Amino acid sequence: MTSARLSTLASLRGRIERIETSNEAHALQRIALGHAGADAMLKGGLARAAVHEVFAEGRQGASATGFIAGLAGRLAARKPLVWVRQDFSEIESGALSMNGLSELGLDPRLLVTVRAADIDNALRTTADALACDALGAVIMEVWGDARQLDLVASRKLTLASQSSGVPALLLRLAATPLPSTAETRWIVRAAHSPPGASWSAWGAPLFDAQLVRNRHGPVGRWIMEWKCDECLFSEPSAYPQPVAAAPAHRSDRAATGAHRLAS
Amino acid sequence: MTMCKSGEGAQVPRETGPLTRIASNDAIRPLPMGEVKKETPSVVVIKEHNALVIHSLDDIAVRSGLSIGLPLANARAICPELTVYDADEAADAKTLNDIADWCDRFTPLVALDPPSGLFLDITGCAHLFGGERAMLQIICGALARRGFAVSGAIAATSVCARTLTRHSSGRIIEDGAETDAVAPLPISALGADDAITKGLRRAGLKTIGDVAARTRHEITARFGAAFTTRLEHALGQGDAPISPRKPLPDYIVEKRFPEPVTTEPMIAMTLQNLARMLVQAMDKQGKGARKLEAAFFRTDGAVRTLAVETGRAVTKPEVIDRLFRERLDALSDPLDPGFGFDLIRLSASRTEIVVQQQRDLDAHVHDNDELAALIDRIAARIGGKRVVVHLPEDTHIPERAALAASAQHHLAAASHAVWPARAEGEPPLRPLRLFERPEPIKVPFATVPDGPPHRFTWRRATHQVVRVEGPERIAMEWWQRDGKVLTRDYFRVEDEQGLRFWIFRDGLYDSELADEDGKPVPANWFVHGLFA
Repeated sequence: MTSARLSTLASLRGRIERIETSNEAHALQRIALGHAGADAMLKGGLARAAVHEVFAEGRQGASATGFIAGLAGRLAARKPLVWVRQDFSEIESGALSMNGLSELGLDPRLLVTVRAADIDNALRTTADALACDALGAVIMEVWGDARQLDLVASRKLTLASQSSGVPALLLRLAATPLPSTAETRWIVRAAHSPPGASWSAWGAPLFDAQLVRNRHGPVGRWIMEWKCDECLFSEPSAYPQPVAAAPAHRSDRAATGAHRLAS
Repeated sequence: MTMCKSGEGAQVPRETGPLTRIASNDAIRPLPMGEVKKETPSVVVIKEHNALVIHSLDDIAVRSGLSIGLPLANARAICPELTVYDADEAADAKTLNDIADWCDRFTPLVALDPPSGLFLDITGCAHLFGGERAMLQIICGALARRGFAVSGAIAATSVCARTLTRHSSGRIIEDGAETDAVAPLPISALGADDAITKGLRRAGLKTIGDVAARTRHEITARFGAAFTTRLEHALGQGDAPISPRKPLPDYIVEKRFPEPVTTEPMIAMTLQNLARMLVQAMDKQGKGARKLEAAFFRTDGAVRTLAVETGRAVTKPEVIDRLFRERLDALSDPLDPGFGFDLIRLSASRTEIVVQQQRDLDAHVHDNDELAALIDRIAARIGGKRVVVHLPEDTHIPERAALAASAQHHLAAASHAVWPARAEGEPPLRPLRLFERPEPIKVPFATVPDGPPHRFTWRRATHQVVRVEGPERIAMEWWQRDGKVLTRDYFRVEDEQGLRFWIFRDGLYDSELADEDGKPVPANWFVHGLFA
């Protein structure tokens, strides 16, 4: 009796596992972020065919936007990007500036923006867009807590993303995290520029990114820098501004030069 | 509730050639609904020169000796038991428009002839309804059943038909017989000014035939060229063109139901079949649809039209079907079949020639097609203006640097746009998020008058400035606008939490920020964007 029940349970588990891993081909594809520590935790990078959530306080909206734009830049691989934005979010934290986007190393030509009046429309549009495998990524930006973004909605997005292989990135500003089927969940805030004279310019965008949920591995917290030129994340550099390369033809000076810079 | 409805007259002229047939409806008299059985006269009054005068009236009132234009006080003296309604011209215009919508089922060319007339160009349509006489009867009968007083006529020119309806209903004039038909009618049927009608009557010319018998220059000298033209048109010599409400669609397919349909699956299936028929028709001429319109004609006369636009020419029935399903799903007030639809029509109002493209192996063309199809679907549901691509603008003013344009129309332009290149190795110089309207911030003081602030308050939170870079001076486009436009000094600042702002001072300290006496006035500071 018990053994029969156990075997039934085992076979059910097996079926569920098969169902859940039916799209293994997509799920296996991982894109490295560029930050060594984070990539190690994520076992090689972010899964493409999955939902990733980025949470941030309202005032950290721009940082979170930069972070999610970076993720999209990594995942999309120069394919078109659909950015679904709730109208209220645009009022609260400003519209996406195309010049700012191109300064981050992303291509405004590949961006299609959808202005959704409410969350229902945004969800529906996102699910639709996820079904289109010509896209590189779909970003949904929602302000505040939303009753509609429950486990069912999240499951739908995950399934859509798995079947097409298009990553879904959810930018949740001023929202409290709820249970979801997301592959990873990040909490992002801005990080300080490295110490230096107050008149010296700041460097590339710096994020204090906390991985609070990872379905297939441990979590962690890192300071990441977005390299606009290479279009990848990295460890923060010690100097906000690029330093002059050591003179190649004067090897005796090169060592001291590097030493002085590092001190 | 029982407002008098403007009466309706169907009046149908035929144009010079055998090509055009025009129907027009003329409404002169109102008919109070619901109270028809009572033998009391009813009138609609309107305020003219500070007095209430009769605007329109019913048959009983006419028999009682009332007439249009009679002051209400006089009318009450003649007929004490008069029922009076106030005129509502806006409602009348709407009613006329609704009737015109209904008339779309007979011909796509329907023109308004306010305040109460309609012209229908029925060239080539009459045989679909069993000939001209049967068609006129259908139109007039249907309107009369709804309580309108209708007068209709068919003739080759619009003015001729219009003239006929003013006198009697149901006349059908063969081509070339206009003069004979119109000649015995009284002058008033021409619908000219009161002064002209009176003048002609005083001259002893009672009928149109009498006037036509005079030489034209006599009439023109006395009553003006406009009247002569009108007379000639009424006699079938030349014609005034009508201006239909909607442009003629390139392709129309429709399905009529002997038994009205109400169920959603049936409506969906009909649309599917119509889409297939439409594509077949367009395919023969190598066309694809850019704008489609579905019209649902209800049995009770109400008409609902839905339009969808597409980014590129559609040549597949499944795509048309899907777009309409999206549109129907997203309607805020769903399609109400009422007692059922007896006619569903699908028309392609804008089409273009489709160039068949060879697909590349690298599927680049294919990708763009899929994106365009996705944009069409989203636009069909939430509206074309909500799906945008971005085009660069040639200006220094940050908030105008990018233009959001409809993705359906500008997808190709956006993918070839040239954006300013970023400087290699530089940190971002422009913020990632930009406020459409810069938001004011409070700055307590700045160390130097034209320097950056040390502290500022934005949205009730105080930020301590830790790092600052600037100023970057952006002058406004003084050649575009008159008046004083202030130069902005932009600073990139970072606060103690690491948040990065793009703030600016509106106006140059020494030159622009001074009152008439040359004394400096405090500057206004704004936050315009946020860096990542």
